[in-house]
Amino acid sequence: MALKLADYKTDVHNDWCPGCGDFGIVNAIQMALADMGIQRDKTVMFSGIGCSGKTSHYINTYGIHTLHGRVLTFAQGAKIANPELTVVAVGGDGDGLGIGAGHFVAAGRRNVNMTYIIFDNGVYGLTKGQASPTLKLGEQTKSLPSPNTNYNVNPIGLAVASGFTFVARGYSYDVRHLKDLIVQAVNHKGLSFLDVLQPCPTYNDINTRDWYAGVDLMDEAQKRHSRIYKLEETGYDPIVHYANEVEINEKLSQSLIKSLEWGNKIPIGVFYKNDTISPYTTRLQDKIPNYVENPPSKQNISKNGYSNTDISKILDSLEV
Amino acid sequence: MSEVDFTWLIGGPQGSGVESGANIFSRVCAEMGYQVFGKREFYSNIKGEHSYFTLRIADHKIHSNVNDVTLMVSFDAETIFRHFEEVISGGGIIYDSDLEKTKTDDVHTLDAPFKERLHKELESKNKPFTIAGVLEIVKEKGVSLFPVSFKSILTTLAEETENPRLKGLVRMFNVIGVSLSLGLVKMPPDSLQKTIGAIFAKKQVIAELNQQTANYSYNYATAKFDSFSHLLTGIQKEPGTLLVQGHQGTALGKMSCGCRFQPYYPITPASDESVFLESNEILEITNDRPGSTAVIQTEDEIAAMGMTIGGALTGTRSATCTSGPGFALMTEMIGWAGINEVPIVITNYQRSGPSTGLPTRHGQDDLLFSVFAGHGDFPKIVYASGDIEESFYDTGNCFNYAETFQVPVIHLMDKFLASSVITCKRFDTQRIPINRGKLLETVDDDYRRFEFTDDGISPRSRLGIDNGIFWSTGDESDETGHITEDPVLRVKMMDKRMSRLDLILKNIPEEEQVLSFGTADHTIISWGSAKGPILDAIDMLKKEGISIGFIQVKLLHPFPTDIVKSLIKDTKTIIDIEANHSAQFGKLFNQNIQRDIDYFILKYTGRAMTSTEIYDSLKKIIENKANKREILMHGA
Repeated sequence: MALKLADYKTDVHNDWCPGCGDFGIVNAIQMALADMGIQRDKTVMFSGIGCSGKTSHYINTYGIHTLHGRVLTFAQGAKIANPELTVVAVGGDGDGLGIGAGHFVAAGRRNVNMTYIIFDNGVYGLTKGQASPTLKLGEQTKSLPSPNTNYNVNPIGLAVASGFTFVARGYSYDVRHLKDLIVQAVNHKGLSFLDVLQPCPTYNDINTRDWYAGVDLMDEAQKRHSRIYKLEETGYDPIVHYANEVEINEKLSQSLIKSLEWGNKIPIGVFYKNDTISPYTTRLQDKIPNYVENPPSKQNISKNGYSNTDISKILDSLEV
Repeated sequence: MSEVDFTWLIGGPQGSGVESGANIFSRVCAEMGYQVFGKREFYSNIKGEHSYFTLRIADHKIHSNVNDVTLMVSFDAETIFRHFEEVISGGGIIYDSDLEKTKTDDVHTLDAPFKERLHKELESKNKPFTIAGVLEIVKEKGVSLFPVSFKSILTTLAEETENPRLKGLVRMFNVIGVSLSLGLVKMPPDSLQKTIGAIFAKKQVIAELNQQTANYSYNYATAKFDSFSHLLTGIQKEPGTLLVQGHQGTALGKMSCGCRFQPYYPITPASDESVFLESNEILEITNDRPGSTAVIQTEDEIAAMGMTIGGALTGTRSATCTSGPGFALMTEMIGWAGINEVPIVITNYQRSGPSTGLPTRHGQDDLLFSVFAGHGDFPKIVYASGDIEESFYDTGNCFNYAETFQVPVIHLMDKFLASSVITCKRFDTQRIPINRGKLLETVDDDYRRFEFTDDGISPRSRLGIDNGIFWSTGDESDETGHITEDPVLRVKMMDKRMSRLDLILKNIPEEEQVLSFGTADHTIISWGSAKGPILDAIDMLKKEGISIGFIQVKLLHPFPTDIVKSLIKDTKTIIDIEANHSAQFGKLFNQNIQRDIDYFILKYTGRAMTSTEIYDSLKKIIENKANKREILMHGA
């Protein structure tokens, strides 16, 4: 029986603030899973800590709510041990780009076949609105005692530089577009990253829904000019078509330059996609030929309750 | 016939082949039927600092090093400066005669505090600050000296074999030293040739070069050296004897018991284990396709622990291996594994702390930290192996405990074990069963991962099996794994998890919790690698008619209070022996047994205990001459 959207939802009470951008993301994830008809018990949602960390409880697949900054470590471990799983990790920008920045970079280098979605709102919501890594230098959201003294991280640029092979940005109030991006991200063979702009109505009074909608940018004819625009509508080509250095470098540079656009024009869509880099599975297969058919989680380790591993050759080499 | 108990010491700058020299010597001795116990000491340095290997060879089972050195071979001056006093009267020193004029000031790696102590001694004995001066002292003591120019050996050899390459090949010094030693003790030369052939089996040219050098040096010693009273001519070899290094016990244990996933971050002295696992990543499986261990080098120890937990959630036996500083980084995650009832094994090769401490030196430093690792209350097991042979079997048990009780297990090893080499019986892979506890292969509908059960342990699903969906969270949770802050449920969940501590004590067989080597009026309590030198010291006292008891506690958390209490009930004097400053095990003992410890024998120089120094302290205790805290200092 085909699964419906409702099948991907749990009945756990959702306690996010009214109007929170997170709702759009969780809806988009559920829609994407339903769209792909993904098997619930072959899928794991991993989450970090913070408001976004609760996401795994709202989705009716395996759900692992991990530790602050560490979601990628748990997720990669599970995916390497059982490559059959569809793995999606989520977390906030403070979680992934502050305390977890080291894991973010290292994950890029590995290119494990899974998806990482950052709920990017510029603040630490659950601890009452401190500045997070994506908040701009000098900005002062409403609960900050003084303006932010740190320069912001560029999530797209950092992902591209770290080796993520699919890098995109979505907007939590464009759920359909976000759903399409999630489908592409999950289908990508390698590590995919989605930076989702997500207004925090409680603590971020700068990057609000109205701000993204460009309410402040009305022209003389009282017409709104949304700050958000879609890369795919501008003829931007994010895909690395040939596995050569010149092509890869061009596409990398192009996405990096694009990622710097902010202010009155904010691009969403796919910035970079490179299928020419081997996913981690392939790298392991090069060392362990039957890794995919017989990964760690599938191996039978005992016979009649005792070891079936034959280490006698190694013992022979140690015997005197 | 008097028994063989011989200690050979080889030293030299790091990177000069001290370890491979010791490897050849120990293999030859083991091949010739002897029991071997060896230990490497080295600086946190890649090249140049002083490194040495002490190998004890005997015709009976030995478990430790002793203070006395029977024969020392050195191809540098520093080894002589640092170790000359250890060589016994009647023992010998083979040294490079080209070094006789070398002054202490010529050796840049001699550190100031050591040089100051040495100068003071030489001054008091009215000797020059040179190798010659030091050698005069040992000669007066009755040590035989065997000078030989290592360079001229190479020169002559180069001429004789018409191989000019040999002339400047100083990296042959180790083989020369080993072969001179074996010639001196009249070890049959075939075993030397055979061993070198086996070690360099994949490099024919190098094997031949080494064999030529060995042959020449061996014959040089038999022809030119005066006779030596200590001989190693070989004895009957026991079949099924292994020569194993410290990290191989736990690594082979992991392979054998089905650990298939090991993420790790490089750290001394733990990484050797992971490297060994990865070097043998493809596994032969009886009547099945090959298996494998995925060994993943991560970006830090936090990631190693996170990946390990991720792997364990898929039902894979997963472990990591680290040392103190790395273990410190893992502690938040150990709590996550605790609240989520995830079976993982953390092999902790302890070293000297605090902080970076003495990074390549020994210490049983992390016991209390392991027992209390992680914030909040959650059940875990802390288990310690006493020697390399034990560590193979204990590794299998640790995974069984982890899966049976669904708790993180911290398996304590240490640097002493890691850098030891021993002979022992071939490991029996069928001795320890594989017990996966309540791990499910199939799941019916209405599954709840944290379901309340009679024994407090819930059936365990794994990521990816049909109908087995569950949630995990570091928050307190309900039976399905969703967050709860309900006070009543909180108490039920907390009680469910913590009840496991009693279950662990009840269900792990007594002999796996505590090993008793007999009790007496004086009984030693100890844990981990202190076992070896304690056993040998007790043996020494036994020969004098003094009987001392010894209880080795292997399960350190939860503490086997009842077993230990009943074992020591008739003991008058309790002696705690361990390699740390604060007597960590003593504190744990005290807390659980509520009995005072009479004496402490402690060592925190960063060097492993020898049986000699434990014997000395025990003797003082018996004679009522000991301090409450006996602090051991042996070892350069």
